[in-house]
Amino acid sequence: MAAVGARLAAGLALIGLAAVPPFLPKYGLEVLIGILFFAYLGTCWNILGGYGGQFSFGHAAFFGLGAYTSTLLLLRLGLTPWLGMLAGGAVAAGFGLFEGYLSFRYGLRGPYFSLVTLAFAEMLRVVAVNLKAVGSSLGLVVPSGSSVVAFEFAAKLPYYYVILAMTLLALAITRLIARSRMGYALAAIRENEDAAEASGVNALATKLTAMAVSSFLTALGGTFYAQYFAYIDPSLTFGPSISIQGLLPAIVGGAGTVLGPLLGAFVLTPISELTRAVLRGRAGADVMLYGVILILVISFLPNGLMGLRRSRRPAAERAT
Amino acid sequence: MTWLFLQAVVSGLLLGGVYGLVASGLSLIFGVLRIINFAHGAVMMLGMYTSYWLFVLLGLDPYASILVTGPLFFAIGVVIQRVVIEPNRAAAEHNQLLLTLGVALVFENLALVLWQGDFRTVRTSYSGASFLVADVLVEVPRLIAAAGAVMIALALWAFLHTTDAGKAIRALSEEPEGAALVGIDVARVRGFAFGIGSACVAVAGALVTPFFYVAPDVGESFNIMAFVVVVLGGMGNFLGALLGGFIVGLAESLGAAFLPGSLKQLVVFGLFVVVLLLRPQGLFGGGRGR
Repeated sequence: MAAVGARLAAGLALIGLAAVPPFLPKYGLEVLIGILFFAYLGTCWNILGGYGGQFSFGHAAFFGLGAYTSTLLLLRLGLTPWLGMLAGGAVAAGFGLFEGYLSFRYGLRGPYFSLVTLAFAEMLRVVAVNLKAVGSSLGLVVPSGSSVVAFEFAAKLPYYYVILAMTLLALAITRLIARSRMGYALAAIRENEDAAEASGVNALATKLTAMAVSSFLTALGGTFYAQYFAYIDPSLTFGPSISIQGLLPAIVGGAGTVLGPLLGAFVLTPISELTRAVLRGRAGADVMLYGVILILVISFLPNGLMGLRRSRRPAAERAT
Repeated sequence: MTWLFLQAVVSGLLLGGVYGLVASGLSLIFGVLRIINFAHGAVMMLGMYTSYWLFVLLGLDPYASILVTGPLFFAIGVVIQRVVIEPNRAAAEHNQLLLTLGVALVFENLALVLWQGDFRTVRTSYSGASFLVADVLVEVPRLIAAAGAVMIALALWAFLHTTDAGKAIRALSEEPEGAALVGIDVARVRGFAFGIGSACVAVAGALVTPFFYVAPDVGESFNIMAFVVVVLGGMGNFLGALLGGFIVGLAESLGAAFLPGSLKQLVVFGLFVVVLLLRPQGLFGGGRGR
């Protein structure tokens, strides 16, 4: 019965997400795009960070590579970002495999892995700042217009449906992984890597696969950002804040659960919008309040919002 | 060329002393609490503001302000650990890391609310003082900061090795369960260690105010540098952090002298990645490594 109810709720939520936005005012639509954008990034991070327990603090590297690859291909070769985003995904996955191979091969775990990912993202940021060919610190302006082929829309609504589709795709991939052999292997590695290896899990290959999928998808988010905001620069795309904003929805919603990042984004983004609206004109007050809320949420919901639900269900059902 | 090199070496060593003290505090906290403290740079920033305001409002010399910032931020550090982190000891490691990130957000934006984003500087009578040693320029406030930082770090090292409280901290960082078994009040020692680490970095902040601007986000760059230094020196290795400070200071200032733009940071991060991969236990051992 519970499963039927959950499916019904998910179906209704999906219909709502698809049908309501055309009737929303511009601001409401922008907030909703923001929610889905961070839900998307959180979902991508969750594959490696939540399921695999590899706490990346530098997903900005993949985000930025995606944004820069598709934008440069568009500006220099006139290639449509629809194809450019796939190229960006490939570049980011390649970089992710390189970074992952180095750190996993040398056995970096826990905080060491977090720090090395942070360092790689910072290195890319410094390179982008100093490279004239990619616009250095001035960044790149993405041409605006209205053409489906060029991934440019005059209105917000098409962007909304693009990010909705991307989020649903990422959620579907996560669900597929979570229920596959790989999902169990990732969970085993997260809980105890040595024990997982002892029982025949190829930890290196599993972590690298998760890294490749996670970085490929994160890069698509970078292209979306570039097209939606029509401007990218090194600190916006490679800076630590995009890494942090991308992982928070997963942590707050519940790392290692399919819907956690979506739930987290639906809580975090409105809070950040609300604090900004209430404390307008006092620079910093909104982020300060956001910091306090972050501390409270992590203190009182250590397993995220999904943890609330999970703890009330019998253990046998937790696997789903 | 030789002159440029020597000048870069001197600047690097002077900068390195300060990095060393900042990183010693971070390393102490990591050793005892096993978490990367993202609020470390924000505490430094608050230490800098404290000595700025003591100078502007009371005319207190930044060096004398150490007597205020040290104890004050020791207390603040104990409170952060006790109120924010200790209740979450049982939670996942990354949760504690995010808590320190939350503290950093609160501190940085509190400073922004209270004092806006302007760059402020302390102009003391000796701010511009300098002398030449064989054509190499040595700025007096930087020399004092480096020397002071090294002295404080060495005094702390002595404290950790000679007093009971210091030995308790080291015991906890070597073997947490064993320390609890022999009757050390581990929660109290953790608070104490966080307090000392915070006092270190706040004092480092006070030491640099005569020649460094103060702004709400000034701690961020020091924070990332401190991560690099701590890994280089071996996480939890106190003296290693001090030595690592000099290495990073040198790498940064040589990079600045011979590379265009801000590529000097690439040298530092490159060094960081290489050390993380090849010697995650740090250059001087002692840290726990993988």
